[in-house]
Amino acid sequence: MNILLTISFSSIASGIHHWLVSTIPNELLAKSIEMVIVGICLLLFLVPLCFILGYMERKVAGFMQMRYGPNRVGPYGSLQIVADTVKLVMKEGLTPTGSDKFLFNLAPVIMVVTCMLVLAPIAFAKDFQIWDINIGVLYVSAISSLAVIGILMAGWSSYNKYSLLGAMRSGAQIVSYELSVGLSLISIVILTGSLKMSDIVMSQETGWWIIRGHIPVIISFVIFVIASTAEINRAPFDLAEAEQELTAGFHTEYAGMKFAMFLLAEYINLFIVSAIAATLFLGGWMPFHIGHWEAFNHIMDFVPSSLWFLGKTFFIIFIIMQFRWTFPRLRVDQLLTLEWKYLLPISMVNTILVTVMAIMGWHF
Amino acid sequence: MSLLGEDIVTEEGEFVINIGPQHPSTHGVLHLKVWLDGETIKKVQPHLGYIHRSIEKMSESLSYRNFIYATSRMDYLSAHINNQACALCVEKGLQIEAPPRAQMIRVILAELTRLASHQLWWGCTGLDLGAVSPFFYAFREREAILEIMEETCGARLTQNFCVPGGIMTDIHPNFQKRTNDVLKQIKSKFQEYDDVLTGNVIFENRNKNVGFLSAEDAISFGCTGPMARGSGVSCDVRKWFPYDGYDKVQFDEVLGKEGDCFSRYMVRMHEMKQSVSIIEQLIDNIPEGDFQAKTKMVLKLPKGEFYQRVETARGELGVFIVSDGAASPYRIKYRSPNFSNLSALDHIARGYKIGDLVAIMSTIDLIIPDVDR
Repeated sequence: MNILLTISFSSIASGIHHWLVSTIPNELLAKSIEMVIVGICLLLFLVPLCFILGYMERKVAGFMQMRYGPNRVGPYGSLQIVADTVKLVMKEGLTPTGSDKFLFNLAPVIMVVTCMLVLAPIAFAKDFQIWDINIGVLYVSAISSLAVIGILMAGWSSYNKYSLLGAMRSGAQIVSYELSVGLSLISIVILTGSLKMSDIVMSQETGWWIIRGHIPVIISFVIFVIASTAEINRAPFDLAEAEQELTAGFHTEYAGMKFAMFLLAEYINLFIVSAIAATLFLGGWMPFHIGHWEAFNHIMDFVPSSLWFLGKTFFIIFIIMQFRWTFPRLRVDQLLTLEWKYLLPISMVNTILVTVMAIMGWHF
Repeated sequence: MSLLGEDIVTEEGEFVINIGPQHPSTHGVLHLKVWLDGETIKKVQPHLGYIHRSIEKMSESLSYRNFIYATSRMDYLSAHINNQACALCVEKGLQIEAPPRAQMIRVILAELTRLASHQLWWGCTGLDLGAVSPFFYAFREREAILEIMEETCGARLTQNFCVPGGIMTDIHPNFQKRTNDVLKQIKSKFQEYDDVLTGNVIFENRNKNVGFLSAEDAISFGCTGPMARGSGVSCDVRKWFPYDGYDKVQFDEVLGKEGDCFSRYMVRMHEMKQSVSIIEQLIDNIPEGDFQAKTKMVLKLPKGEFYQRVETARGELGVFIVSDGAASPYRIKYRSPNFSNLSALDHIARGYKIGDLVAIMSTIDLIIPDVDR
């Protein structure tokens, strides 16, 4: 079973690569075709993923609110989200008069493209990674901050006062919370000594960082979850779209497919932050290993690595979804207070602690 | 210059937005014009009239038995208490009194109405501040109360159970047992309410030190009900001007101190407990007897002016009837609690953020059909 899995991903991918390079003489053309194939595979992965997350969100909400959630379309309501997507696609994509039409139509595209770019260095399973770039963590934090451009663009070009307020809020919010996210990522980079995603996963072969790294890593894990919830604009930090204050915030004027793209981006972002948290703190696809207990580790290896990765990711997604259905929303000044007065100083001190711990070798 | 056609930014550099008439947090068709400086509120101007149905004028052509039913549509969450106010006012004019059994059932139903109304408010407060789940927990208990209403009154929301001289029919045989069950359920859930919202740090921060209303201002704006009591003004009509036997039950008037949103919130939370205790005192002691006093077929009030006030879930409702001796009132005027409470909104909200405006509105607990009538 283990052997089968190692065959499946890496060797199929390299087989296709070698076949393309050998059959097509022009190297540039071969690489372009390869990229298109990767892009199609990514889309084929993302759309069902968003269906699953949408369905999961509704079921979690139903579970927390003493109701069933969707249960009419398809078995256990599983096709409800498909029906909703069809509805969104069929709807007229309105562009308001007075809006900046170019930016208005560009904004949802930017949102989706940026979050798809971030997926590149994430290791979905053993040897299954689109692009194992050597500055993986830096790449992720750099590209994910581009999303704010999409939101600002949407808010500005909509020619709507609510949208503008929502966009301005999210600008301040995302820029602030980026710092805490970055600092908590750095704590793992310090411990690993590498920015490369595969190195970070491999460094957790004798135990995940959240276990090996004592309290400082747990602190940075908690900060990462809080700050990244804020960065992807999810409740209780959903000030950019604060329904009760700004109706729908920056995407008030969007309808149909353009709105669906914002929704798609929201769910992909949710998956990405959970995947990064799982990779950095919970070992990514690395099975649950304890030190040098060879027999135990070997038993754990029988569970496929993709299952480990998805299990951890969906565990964090479940936690973030519970936030949304539990907490009230923060006010805009409280949101910034939380970041600048609490999370950022704590992360700074924590970074020093992690550094000392790494130098002295106090971690397991 | 038209109301909506003004420029986005005024000459002073203020940003003007229209919240409502269709907006998720105005709980109806309230239209607020808000002048903003960044996120800070400079001025709030409520515009009314989107749901004006001229209930007062309409009542002038209805008989004294019929005009009561229109009042269910004013403050629809306190429909029974509105009916009670009108029935009491007509009774005052006719110089009759409802039999003790009818009075007691009226009070029990009024307190159940208050409980249901406060529960809806509690759910909506959570919803306004972005917590969706409390809404469903609140509706669980509210639904149980509405089922009692349905069984006894035949309607869930607009009960129309009070008639001049008593109540329309006798209570359902299951009424007492069912009410006791519901009380037990509600009492066991108070802790859950506190766990979900009251004790939540985010919720406390959103409500504490927000939306101050001093006792003097509360009086001068004519605020009543939990809103004035949150500022420490003792104004419970049930205590000061008891009606329908409220003087015979033991209950405390809940008073807040600070006058901010959180103190208004706590007043309502404690009021729910007081309502439960009032119903508990009465539910097993309903006296036997008639449920309606004997009245003529056509009611005619003597010439004169009659005023009756009651405490609805939102404050003091006054019914003022001018009679010229005919079978329908010459003039009717309702002093609705929400209208006065809304008038304080501009004063409270100035200087706070947009998010605070939502919190303030939800603790004022506005019902727009009651403002417009």
